[in-house]
Amino acid sequence: MSTEHPHNHSHDHGHDHDHSGAPKQPDTEDRALTYHAAMADAVADLLIAKGVFNADELRAKIETMQSRTPALGAKVVARAWVDDGFKQRLIQDGSSAVAELGLDPGPAPLTVVENTAETHNVIVCTLCSCYPVFLLGKSPDWYKSREYRSRVVREPRTVLAEFGTDIAEDQAVRVHDSTADLRYMVLPCRPEGTENLSESELTTLVTRDSLIGVIECKSE
Amino acid sequence: MTTERRYHDMGGLPAGPVERTEHEFEPWEHKTDAIVRLLSEPGRGPLLRVDEMRRAIEEMGGNIYDELTYYERWIAATTNVMLEKGVFSVDELGKAIEAVRAKQRAAGGEVAEG
Repeated sequence: MSTEHPHNHSHDHGHDHDHSGAPKQPDTEDRALTYHAAMADAVADLLIAKGVFNADELRAKIETMQSRTPALGAKVVARAWVDDGFKQRLIQDGSSAVAELGLDPGPAPLTVVENTAETHNVIVCTLCSCYPVFLLGKSPDWYKSREYRSRVVREPRTVLAEFGTDIAEDQAVRVHDSTADLRYMVLPCRPEGTENLSESELTTLVTRDSLIGVIECKSE
Repeated sequence: MTTERRYHDMGGLPAGPVERTEHEFEPWEHKTDAIVRLLSEPGRGPLLRVDEMRRAIEEMGGNIYDELTYYERWIAATTNVMLEKGVFSVDELGKAIEAVRAKQRAAGGEVAEG
C-alpha cells in the first residue's frame, strides 16, 4: 500500500515525534498506561524495528479503518431502496454489489439479508465477534458481550425487545451467526412515508443498529 | 467424548440482559486493530491468519478471556502468535514494553500497575 506522507524518516527509535500512528485524543492521553496498551505500543515498535511494516503503513491502516463507519452501510442500503436491480444483486452477492458502488466490502464474503413484512433478520457472532467492519466500522461493545452472543440465538424476540424492537407474532425472526469466513449485514425495511426522499436523504435514516438488525429504520 | 463447551462457545447459554454499552476506542485499540490487519495481509506471509488468531484467543483460558476486553484479547493473542513464530523474543518484548513505559513516565504520564 502506498502512502502519501511527505516525510521520509528512518524508523529507528528515539526520535521525538510519535511514530506510532495513533491519533492523539486529549481525553485519553491523561489516562494511566495499562499493561495491554503498553503491549500494543511495544509490539508495534518491535514490528517496525524488524521491518515487518513501517510507521507510515501503520498510520495509514489506522486511518483507513477509522474511515469505516456505518455511513458506508447506509449508502448501500439507500441504493438498494431506490434501485431494485441493485437490491437483487446485493442479496445474491453482497461483496460484488458493494464493490459496484466503489466501496470495499473487505476480504470476507458479505451476505446481505433482507428484512420484509414476513421476516426480520438480526446478526451475531456467537463464537467470537465477526462483524461487517469494512462497511460499519468497529463494532459496539454490546455486540461482543456475553449477554448478546449467548441470548440472541436462543431468545431473539426477548433480546430485540430489550432494544425496543417488538416483532409481531406472525413475523419470523432469523438470526444469522457469522463466522470468521463470512459476514452478514441486514438490509432493513424502507420506512413508510419516505417515497419522496432522495437517495442521500434516505441514507440519514439508516443507523448502525438497523444494519445489525436490533432496530428497524424510522422515517425521521 | 464429552460435549462440554469451550468458554468462547456461548451461543444459546443463559445470560443476563444486554446492556447497550459502547465506548470511544482508544489510540492503542485502533493501533491493535491496524497491527492485526497488517499482519494478516498476504504480502506479509501472512504472519497472522484468522484461525491462528482465534486459536490463540481460544486457548488463553476462560478466566483470562472473561477478564480481558476485546482488544486486550487481540493484542495478547497476536503477541503470542508472534512469539511462537519467533518474530520477536520474550526478552525483546519485555524490553520494548519497559521502553514504552519509560517514555510515558518521561512525558509526565502515569503507568498503571500490573
